[in-house]
Amino acid sequence: MDDILLETRNLQRFFGGLHAVKDVSLKVPRGTIQAVIGPNGAGKTTLFNLIAGTLPPHDGQVLFRGRPITAWKPHAIAELGIARTFQTTRLFPHMTVLENVMVGRHPRTRCGFLAGMLNLPRTWREDREIQSSALAILRDLGLEGLADQTASNLPFGKQRLVEFARALATEPTLLLLDEPAAGLNIYETRELASLILRIRQRGITCLVVEHDMSLVMDISDDVAVLDGGQKIAQGPPRAIQSNPEVIRIYLGDNHA
Amino acid sequence: MTPLRRYLPVLTAVLVVVLLQVALSAAGATYYLTQLTMSAYYALVVIGLCLLMGYAGQVSLGHAGFFAIGGYTSAVLTTCNLSAFGQTSWITSCRWLGMLAERRDLYGASILSFAPWAGFLAAMCLAGIIAFLIGLPILRLKGHYLAMATLGFGLIIYRIVLAAPIFGQADGISNVPPFPLPFGLEVNGRPAFREQNYYLAWALVMAAMVLAVNLVHSRVGRALRSIHQGEEVAHSLGINTYRYKLATFVASSLFAAAGGVFLTHYNGSIGPSEVTVMKSVRYVAIVAVGGMANLWGAMLMAILLNFLSLRGVMGTYDDAVFGAILIVIMLAAPDGLLRLPRWRRPMHFLSRRPHG
Repeated sequence: MDDILLETRNLQRFFGGLHAVKDVSLKVPRGTIQAVIGPNGAGKTTLFNLIAGTLPPHDGQVLFRGRPITAWKPHAIAELGIARTFQTTRLFPHMTVLENVMVGRHPRTRCGFLAGMLNLPRTWREDREIQSSALAILRDLGLEGLADQTASNLPFGKQRLVEFARALATEPTLLLLDEPAAGLNIYETRELASLILRIRQRGITCLVVEHDMSLVMDISDDVAVLDGGQKIAQGPPRAIQSNPEVIRIYLGDNHA
Repeated sequence: MTPLRRYLPVLTAVLVVVLLQVALSAAGATYYLTQLTMSAYYALVVIGLCLLMGYAGQVSLGHAGFFAIGGYTSAVLTTCNLSAFGQTSWITSCRWLGMLAERRDLYGASILSFAPWAGFLAAMCLAGIIAFLIGLPILRLKGHYLAMATLGFGLIIYRIVLAAPIFGQADGISNVPPFPLPFGLEVNGRPAFREQNYYLAWALVMAAMVLAVNLVHSRVGRALRSIHQGEEVAHSLGINTYRYKLATFVASSLFAAAGGVFLTHYNGSIGPSEVTVMKSVRYVAIVAVGGMANLWGAMLMAILLNFLSLRGVMGTYDDAVFGAILIVIMLAAPDGLLRLPRWRRPMHFLSRRPHG
């Protein structure tokens, strides 16, 4: 089916004796915001790593646009159009904000080792393009004033936005966001929500792992709930909110 | 970065090089030029290692090995005697390609061996191939493990050089002929060629610096720095980290091999002292003193420290001094001597910003 952008089929992953991801199947339609929630240790981040190629699954399949990409290397997956952010924001600390975003242009540009050493005309022409498109992305996110700042000097909330900008620079069709609201205050979270919606409007599908319930309920089209590595529920946010199984794992048995 | 900004240090360096020569000639102390020339060839190794360690963040304790592969390959090929093979067809075809050179030894006997340019090409190819084959498995390692693997490689090369008769064992190889170049130039250590060789060596260093500086400021250079600062993140952004590490390893070993070839022809000899682990440690120490990700700092320190060492300032404590330098730098100034506060402003001007 063409309108399913990403599909996982019966993914399995163990860490020693721990069954971290248990038989997870998920379909993400194109142009939607799919949330994955669950308590700590539910296997959300592992699921992410299996999709992004950071970890290979022990069994099961990942399909992107109907093509199997199971256990592809992360750089190949990025070239295909899947970008990710990390749970703890990880910018390149000694680079400027602009350079961080310029690195994000890597999979969409070509000049190699020798061209770089010889500084051929096409090298600096391409480099100028890289710089202007990176600046355009920063401007779009309202970060152009920070372009020349060293990344590690930025406040936490800004670092997260720069990480978004860097991921967007790879021109993804699917954006994997690993707990984007972690560590942000209410205002920053609200800003983030509108940013994610804006990204979706441009046709970029988002898969969001999140703890912040209000954010999930506000923006997502569909919510999958993981517990103990298994998918225990899936549906629109409203239905998930009233699902007794979900309430049980989040609030304990006597609330169900 | 504007071209002017990028190449201004190159112009400054050229000016300093010329002024130094003029001053030394005026003072009648041209013998200093010999050590400066030799230091320049060592600087080639350091520039390559700086790309690998400072930018791509991969340590190598085996670069003396690549220097030796370059030097010894060229030495063997340009001193071997092919006269016995006389008129065989491959000799004839090599002669037709201009790859052979004939000369007379001390006793007037004719020696037929490979021309230095053929030796140079062979040395570069061999060093590149060996770096590729060695790098293929060991660049999957990280940190201390990579350091140990490269250390092992350096040790193996050292033992081979010391054991194989073809490499002259403990004596090394002497009587390596000069390296003739176009326009009547020649890599030759005799006093008559002193000024010429000083400029030749420095032209090579400046060329290497331009290549390295270009690379650092290119898309690939950014990718290398990103690997250094967060390999997993770089990988997730579409950078084939393993391939870039391998390419940088090969490139930096080619820099080292080129230094080895030219210094061998300049000195007219090469011996196992060039291959010891302490030589590799020395290169690492120099890159560290220079500030790791600081090409100009590394080059400056390569010239300064090698010059002092070649002048014998450190006496028999040579190796101990470089070991001590490494320890002190790691403890007191991990960003290099030139990033200590008082130097920050001038170095900032040269390298624009600290790329870690």
